[in-house]
Amino acid sequence: MSWIFNPLRQLGRDLRTQKMRTFLTTLGIVWGTVAVSLLMAFGQAMHHQMLKNTAGLGNAIVIAFPSLTSMPFEGLGKGRRIRVNEEDMELVRQRAREVGAISSEYADSLQLKLGTRTMAVDVSGVSPEFGEMRNMIPQMGGRFLNALDEKNKRRVAFVGDELAETLFGSGDPIGQVFRLHGSPFTVVGILQAKEQDSSYSGRDKDKLIIPGSTFRALTGQKYLDLFILASNVQRTKEATAEVRGILAGKHRFDPDDEEALGIWDTTEMFQFMDSFMFAFNLFLGIVGSLTLVVGGIGVSNIMNVVVEERTPEVGIKMALGAKSRGILGQFLAETLIITAVGGALGLLITVGICAVWPTGTEEYIGVPRVSAPVAALTASLLGLIGLVAGFFPARAAANLDPVVAMKMN
Amino acid sequence: MTAKNPSQPNGAVIHMDGIRKVYDTGKVKVEALRGVDLEVQDGEFVAIIGPSGSGKSTLMNLIGCLDTPTGGTYRLSGELVAGLRKEQLAAIRNRRVGFVFQNFNLLPQITSYENVEMPLLFGGISRRKRRQRVEELLDRVGLGERMHHKPTELSGGQMQRVAVARALAMNPDILLADEPTGNLDSSSGGDIMELFQELWEGGRTMLVITHDAALARRAPRQVEIRDGLVVRDNTNGSTDLMSDSIVDRPID
Ligand SMILES: Nc1ncnc2c1ncn2[C@@H]1O[C@H](COP(=O)(O)OP(=O)(O)O)[C@@H](O)[C@H]1O
Ligand SMILES: [Mg+2]
Repeated sequence: MSWIFNPLRQLGRDLRTQKMRTFLTTLGIVWGTVAVSLLMAFGQAMHHQMLKNTAGLGNAIVIAFPSLTSMPFEGLGKGRRIRVNEEDMELVRQRAREVGAISSEYADSLQLKLGTRTMAVDVSGVSPEFGEMRNMIPQMGGRFLNALDEKNKRRVAFVGDELAETLFGSGDPIGQVFRLHGSPFTVVGILQAKEQDSSYSGRDKDKLIIPGSTFRALTGQKYLDLFILASNVQRTKEATAEVRGILAGKHRFDPDDEEALGIWDTTEMFQFMDSFMFAFNLFLGIVGSLTLVVGGIGVSNIMNVVVEERTPEVGIKMALGAKSRGILGQFLAETLIITAVGGALGLLITVGICAVWPTGTEEYIGVPRVSAPVAALTASLLGLIGLVAGFFPARAAANLDPVVAMKMN
Repeated sequence: MTAKNPSQPNGAVIHMDGIRKVYDTGKVKVEALRGVDLEVQDGEFVAIIGPSGSGKSTLMNLIGCLDTPTGGTYRLSGELVAGLRKEQLAAIRNRRVGFVFQNFNLLPQITSYENVEMPLLFGGISRRKRRQRVEELLDRVGLGERMHHKPTELSGGQMQRVAVARALAMNPDILLADEPTGNLDSSSGGDIMELFQELWEGGRTMLVITHDAALARRAPRQVEIRDGLVVRDNTNGSTDLMSDSIVDRPID
């Protein structure tokens, strides 16, 4: 018990005789801790936010646009348009083993009528898989399009949140009916608001999503505008090549023709972002740690002064039978207490800053907060610095010659 | 707590043989002790006298295991001290010997109570027993009322009595005092001498370095050191052989 209370009492005594120096030293640790934890909190928040924004587009999907051939193939000239229909999608579903999910997308701007209002809206006809692949999460009370909608060419619609706001105001839109391209449609779901920092044909919040089968029947469009596919994140290249191969065989274009089927692999963005954020956080962490190391040097300095001033005391204690280990522990404990107090204060300040951080910046830097890993990392860094900072002065004290030490009076 | 070793051949608590101590200060080597032979029996009262710089304090530090000799052999109750580890020497200082210094060496920031308590803390004594022992000792030296005073609030004589109480805390069988009355007026010095006399009569082995002829004469045995050697060892208790001129040299 005394091993913990004695250092505390001792520390109190040292604080009184070394007020200014101890204050400044603790301030150094506080400042270092704030620097480390705040930088990490912001770094993590930004990483989270970027992930969230990117996930607005979908969970690691590949987007494919059938286009014009750029290479001659088996006697066919280049510049030929590749048209892909639902039959081709079926073929890919059956043959491609790397592909986890696939959804076609038909897109057009169609006329919508609601009461006396008429407006043009971007409409997408999609497969039921689209919802999960593109992170189209419905608000409470609604749902995304399902397989029955597709099978029965139901005239149902999933509405982007802002479009729903424009159309229905603050009332409950589920079950409401409007006319699209002359036919009545029922609202079955509203998109839950999401961050989306990239898109290929307008933001989801402004879109009207209907079943692909319904879209084809409504507009007479036979060929899809694009399709999206999902696979194992590590194997998007293979999945893409496989799909390209299947379509090349069917439509007789060169499987190496990159332009016949345009590809946007969104996982590349994730990978880039991961490494970018890792480097960024590492940078922030190192900057913060250096600040903390400077604080640690301050602590080591003050402990050296404390040991020097208490040299006679150490000598006397040794004469009375204190063991070197006990002396070492005493000084080490004091250092750790200073570090712990400074660290706790620093973390509190960071938590406070995060709490009062003004809203409105979430879209760019996310919501900074002291997460468990940030706190744990800061604490272990502090512990390490405290140990190193305290060890050398403490060892110097423990190795004092008692006879010489006592004479320093 | 008084440890006595029955296996020692002739009952000597302290047995020194050709003890040498050289201080190596880098440039110069100071030979503080140049071959000291000394034997002290259990329960003896020995006064150590000699001029300033002759090696008295060095000898006392070696006896108390506060320092280690450069040469020779030292047996404490028959045990060879040279073979002991640092922690074992600390344990000897804690349990076997009590030190009293000329300048008291109390910690100024803490109370008499806490000063006396220190050896008990290092000895791992329980809180309850510590309290009992500290109160008993401070009463014993007549400072029961000054328990919670800091050294700065005490007179020199009172400080030295706290120091004696502290030296006795772990009930050691050997008490080592290095010019304990050197900083005291004659009245306070007399009190300390009185206390030592009682402690000796209680069975402790006492070694007291002193310039005070009166205190030296109280001891039945005087050992005189000069230039790092024992030049006289008067064991018969007669003080005639001690010339006052030696004893009354100025204090260093
Ligand atoms: N730590 C030390 N380093 C170097 N020389 C020392 C040290 N301690 C004592 N001496 C020297 O050793 C000699 C004996 O000193 P000391 O034992 O203190 O004598 P005394 O106590 O009899 O006055 C003196 O010359 C002194 O200067
Ligand atoms: Mg001396």
